[in-house]
Amino acid sequence: MSEAGKTDDVVIRIRGLVNELGGNLIHDHLDLDVKRGEVMGVVGGSGTGKSVLLRSIVGLNHPRSGSIKVFGEETGHSDAEEIQGLQLRWGVLFQEGALFSSQTVAQNIQVPLRRWTHMSQNLMNEVAAMKLAIVGLPEDAAKKFPSELSGGMRKRAGLARALALDPELLFLDEPTAGLDPISAARFDELVKDLQKSLGLTVFMVTHDIDTLRATTDRIAVLVDRQIKVGTIKTLIHDPHPWIQEYFSGVRGRAALEA
Amino acid sequence: MRNIEANVHVENPATLRMEDKGGLFRLVAGGDWVISESPRLDKELAHLRFTDAREVEIDGSGIELLDSAGAWLLVRTRRIFEESGRQIKLFSIPPHYQPLLDMIERDHTGGPVDPHGHHHTLTALLERMGRETVQIARQAYEFLGFLGRVTIEAFEAITSPRRELPFPALVHQIQETGLTALPIVGLLAFLLGIVLAYQGADQLKRFGAQIYTIDFLGVGFLRELGGLITAIIVAGRSGSAFTAQIGTMRVNEEIDAMQTLGLNVAEVLVLPRVLGLVIALPLLTFFADVVGIIGGMVMTYFDLGVTIPAFMRELQGAITVNTLLVGLIKAPVYAFLIALVGCFEGLRVERNAASVGKLTTRSVVESIFLVIAVDAGFSILFSVVGI
Repeated sequence: MSEAGKTDDVVIRIRGLVNELGGNLIHDHLDLDVKRGEVMGVVGGSGTGKSVLLRSIVGLNHPRSGSIKVFGEETGHSDAEEIQGLQLRWGVLFQEGALFSSQTVAQNIQVPLRRWTHMSQNLMNEVAAMKLAIVGLPEDAAKKFPSELSGGMRKRAGLARALALDPELLFLDEPTAGLDPISAARFDELVKDLQKSLGLTVFMVTHDIDTLRATTDRIAVLVDRQIKVGTIKTLIHDPHPWIQEYFSGVRGRAALEA
Repeated sequence: MRNIEANVHVENPATLRMEDKGGLFRLVAGGDWVISESPRLDKELAHLRFTDAREVEIDGSGIELLDSAGAWLLVRTRRIFEESGRQIKLFSIPPHYQPLLDMIERDHTGGPVDPHGHHHTLTALLERMGRETVQIARQAYEFLGFLGRVTIEAFEAITSPRRELPFPALVHQIQETGLTALPIVGLLAFLLGIVLAYQGADQLKRFGAQIYTIDFLGVGFLRELGGLITAIIVAGRSGSAFTAQIGTMRVNEEIDAMQTLGLNVAEVLVLPRVLGLVIALPLLTFFADVVGIIGGMVMTYFDLGVTIPAFMRELQGAITVNTLLVGLIKAPVYAFLIALVGCFEGLRVERNAASVGKLTTRSVVESIFLVIAVDAGFSILFSVVGI
């Protein structure tokens, strides 16, 4: 958590990242910096390795070469055990929520609390209720099992779990995919709120151009195994054909003019 | 994973001071009100003694760091005071944390969650028993329906010239359930033959009747054990695979896709598996019979010194073709049940991964149960008929 004055330090630093998947080169010496307190959107066509990038940063995917540092600690070539402690400072929302299916939503939210704090059960129940309320889930969702929830609700519950420890850094993998436009807009608002109130840094993979416009400070576009970083204003003028098509296609224009 | 402690260093430990002077209760918070400090603060706040002060001030302006857990503790404390009818004169936190507080205030108005899905009380136990009973009855009813449907489909597929059997799928199933099971079935049958021969010889030696070990082995293996062990292996191997395969397709909405494309699920998925196993299991059983007898032969040679020709002579005297057939005739029935249960449970999978595992386990347990129950039924039938 930090205040507006300290936005200069870099939370995620990627240098010379090379990733291969099934013999295909996905990332070719890619560099990226994510600064504290910003919302970074990541876009790119299918198969350009958006999710692979996210998984590499949180240490789930070991890149062929290059270095990835999160809060100054190398995550790209480390096992989960070696980066213990980082898990306390980041939260990850997976595409389908990735809730533990044998536990209720409330128990899911309490997993990180149980693992990392010494809270009493009572306080954990209160905190879980608060997190549920913040992500906009009704109270009775707490007792439900993931299989009893709709896709959108699962995603919110996953977000509540990711936020359980008040992380400094939040990873979102396509958070608004599969949500109706109203829920998606509310989700955007929520991300903004969280960033404002908790000084959160957000790394968000998304396709949703409305979300990009509403929430992100900068956008990283994955093209040609490289990354181009800019704001919507600067990227619109980028000559690359994919970027041109993405931002000036019908859907893109409508969203930007809105 | 090694459980290391959270490596959190709090720069300014949270502080909480209470003052009570002349009808005004003051709560002064300072330091880092963050999640790692929250258990301690929670305890301190729980010991909060109500005084007769009518007015309360909560002064959090000295807070250095605030996260949602800390903010919640402040909000909760204020709500407790409000509910007890006291007047909040002041509630202050550093201004840049106001959005966080607003978010909690706006969204969170209810009580704590109850994390458990089910309560374990006596009534809940009774309710569960009732549910399970109804569930079992309903499932048996559905299973009968499924049996009828598959029988009709099979009959139509065989007799109707218009429709033809999915032949490649059938052959594939025979290969998967039969051919690839040969090593494990052979090995286990061989070992079982050794065990039977050893036990038989050990007991019969006492009466000087060790030569009858061969009769015991031949009749026991061909009539009962060969078929039973094969069926149990196949139930664990192929029955579970059927449930898992079809269940996974269910999770992926492949079954739904088939229906919207006008494919007949019973014909495409169930028939090849059922017919394939009905063909493969008798063949496997015959193989198990042969290997089991060989296992027994090896054991009697080393244990009793019976040579191979002598073994063969004795075996010929002990068993007839009927002995073999009585064992083999049960195999297609076992196969039918195993495949049917496997497919039935697979189609019952719900659209989540946990359900695949649950029903796969159930499928194996049910098919082994049915195999043994049917075997007992056959024994009674044969003894009545006198075979």
